Amino acid sequence: MIKVIYFAVAREMVGKGEETLKVENLTVKQLLEWIGSSYPAFDQTGMQVAINEEYAMLDDTVKAGDVCAIIPPVSGG
Amino acid sequence: MMKKPFEIVTEPIEIQPYIDYVLHPYQGAVTVFTGHVREWTHGVRTLYLSYEAYVPMAEKKLAEIGAEMEEKWPGIKVAIVHRIGELHISDIAVLIAVSSPHRKAAYEANEYAIDRIKEVVPIWKKEIWETGEQWIGAQKKYPEQGEVNK
Repeated sequence: MIKVIYFAVAREMVGKGEETLKVENLTVKQLLEWIGSSYPAFDQTGMQVAINEEYAMLDDTVKAGDVCAIIPPVSGG
Repeated sequence: MMKKPFEIVTEPIEIQPYIDYVLHPYQGAVTVFTGHVREWTHGVRTLYLSYEAYVPMAEKKLAEIGAEMEEKWPGIKVAIVHRIGELHISDIAVLIAVSSPHRKAAYEANEYAIDRIKEVVPIWKKEIWETGEQWIGAQKKYPEQGEVNK
């Protein structure tokens, strides 16, 4: 199982703040594709993914127990 | 008030504790940058802002920026705080305090910090206008000025 947290505009597009998925050993790219196919309103343009609070690359692997955050373009300051 | 040198807070930001934190007898300069909520942007009036953060990761990234700065400008001391939640016109959204033995490093390092915050720290701003609202980011889109004046 993995936990996925959605922030800001990503949360509004999927309609929830977080969820637990019964999957593991998938790539970040596959995770984004799953989100896109599950939530038609989700637009992955500019989205980054953090695994356990570190930015991940598209071909990084999400393992059981990982916490993935969907990070829209940041706008702090 | 100030709990740690790199933090996300929900309460109003007081300036002095951060100056006190970075100042010590070897330092001859302190620069403080405060970023405030702006009412007017390209002729569009903002009513208020709503900030959100991935708090544990944001605090970690702020601390990493602090470490990058201390490596680039040896001898400086840094504190960074960003406020989240609903902020109103002129409220402080972000504060960066940098001390250094001589002023040049404090100025340069301070500007580096705000540039890096805007690049890597997971914080998001939603602008609320009279005519609607929008998360600010890559899709940045202000309403047409004419729409607002109708």
